[in-house]
Amino acid sequence: MTQQPYKLPLPNSQPESDYYWEKAKAHELWLRKCNECGDAYFYPRDICPNCYSNNVTWIQASGKATLYAYSIVERGPTPPFRDVVPYIAAVVELEEGPRMPTNLVDVPFDEEHIKVGMALQVTFHDVTDEVTLPKFRPVG
Amino acid sequence: MADLSKSVAIVGVAESDEIGIVPNKSALTLHMEATRNAIADAGLTVGDIDGFLTAGYWGYDVAEYLGIKPRYTDSTSVGGSSFVIDIAHAMAAINAGYCEVALITHGQAGRSARYPYGRDPNVPGAQYDTPYGIIGPPVNYSMAASRYMHQYGEERTRQALSEIAVSTRKWAQMNPKAMMRDPMTFDDYHNSRWIARPFHLLDCCLVTDAGAAVIVTTPERAKSLPKKPVWVLGAAEYHDHSLLHQMPDMTVTPAHVTGPRALEMAGVTHSDIDLTMIYDSFTYTVLATIESLGFCGPGEGPDWVANQRTAPGGDWALNTSGGGLSYTHPGMYGVFLIVEAVRQLRGETGERQLKDPKLSLVNGTGGLLSSTGTVVLGVD
Repeated sequence: MTQQPYKLPLPNSQPESDYYWEKAKAHELWLRKCNECGDAYFYPRDICPNCYSNNVTWIQASGKATLYAYSIVERGPTPPFRDVVPYIAAVVELEEGPRMPTNLVDVPFDEEHIKVGMALQVTFHDVTDEVTLPKFRPVG
Repeated sequence: MADLSKSVAIVGVAESDEIGIVPNKSALTLHMEATRNAIADAGLTVGDIDGFLTAGYWGYDVAEYLGIKPRYTDSTSVGGSSFVIDIAHAMAAINAGYCEVALITHGQAGRSARYPYGRDPNVPGAQYDTPYGIIGPPVNYSMAASRYMHQYGEERTRQALSEIAVSTRKWAQMNPKAMMRDPMTFDDYHNSRWIARPFHLLDCCLVTDAGAAVIVTTPERAKSLPKKPVWVLGAAEYHDHSLLHQMPDMTVTPAHVTGPRALEMAGVTHSDIDLTMIYDSFTYTVLATIESLGFCGPGEGPDWVANQRTAPGGDWALNTSGGGLSYTHPGMYGVFLIVEAVRQLRGETGERQLKDPKLSLVNGTGGLLSSTGTVVLGVD
């Protein structure tokens, strides 16, 4: 079977996030963390949004998270997504603290199987040769 | 802060000539019709306008189209809350002497625009949300609602959302300008198709073409004009995030700051309010906002709206125009909240007129529950 070309929008990487997307391509999830105030934060910024320090580093996240909120999207918000419904939009809370947007995958489109607070693990989807999206699936 | 309560009045409000599905008029034509109508409502001429506030387009694009050369301009763009916040900005500008007669105008061909409204590809949302299909209000607000359901119970949340949809439609049935005037039953609500679970179609606002405008001026000027002045008694604005995943708590909107502050400035309390106008982009927006404004406690919203309390004949009047859910919603609806509040306070709303209302609280929400502006309006 021929692989269909990927038609959904790709992330528009910026100078402060190139590293994040490079690491995602290597199937690793990395976060910014401030050495001054100790905050880990999403999304990447070169300056800590909590204390405004430039003394920030990158840390590799464990990939463990819990489901904070979700929506089973039945009507795609833009034309390319109308071809892939249903899908699950989600916000997850990472073990390190920050929340991030993602898709919940490998779960039935059924509220019985999706519970806010459930344990999740990151999984990496290579959507093109160049781009990998971190997504999340239930643990176990 | 200076005490600006009752320092300015709203003296003109209007919609564009047509609202709803208006494919033969551009957004800027809708702006212009609304402006002309609001100026007429105020008993003024376009030459009287010296302060200009709008959102959605650059201020000079709209002002040029309307033939207005303002000496005060404000293009605050925080979504549908902008126009409510603009009331406070007009108040500040008038008190500072920057202008005397301020026009707040909006026009949007949300349904029929010939060219799509784009998103700047450089903003964080385009990078982190868009690839996951986390785009636009229904996907985001439904996620927030899932969080509320988790915290406060799915069944009672669902009941509250249905109460709001049904009661709002009842008001729309009494508004000749409302787009959706057919009766809605609870079964209609529950049977409407899914858009983004937990949202049914009937949890979601309309997408229409519409314009509206509001004129604000000094008490002295207001007293010389034909309509009863509607006083700006309190006002507050706040935003605490842009993207939903950055929202401190998805069950608490920025109204938890703006509601209490606007009421305090007005020197009134929740129980004094005769009419509450809440931006109903979704049923959930109303539920969360009632709590955040402080009318009831966290998680108590479902009890607050139970048994059609917010419908015609109920004891807590809400969104008497029929709201964004059933009257009109071109994309950034905030200005229409003010239009209805002013008309109710003036006694101009015909069949749906409340009995002698004196005070209205108006709360606009923008973005992804990102920003709110609250004003308290009153008549003598």
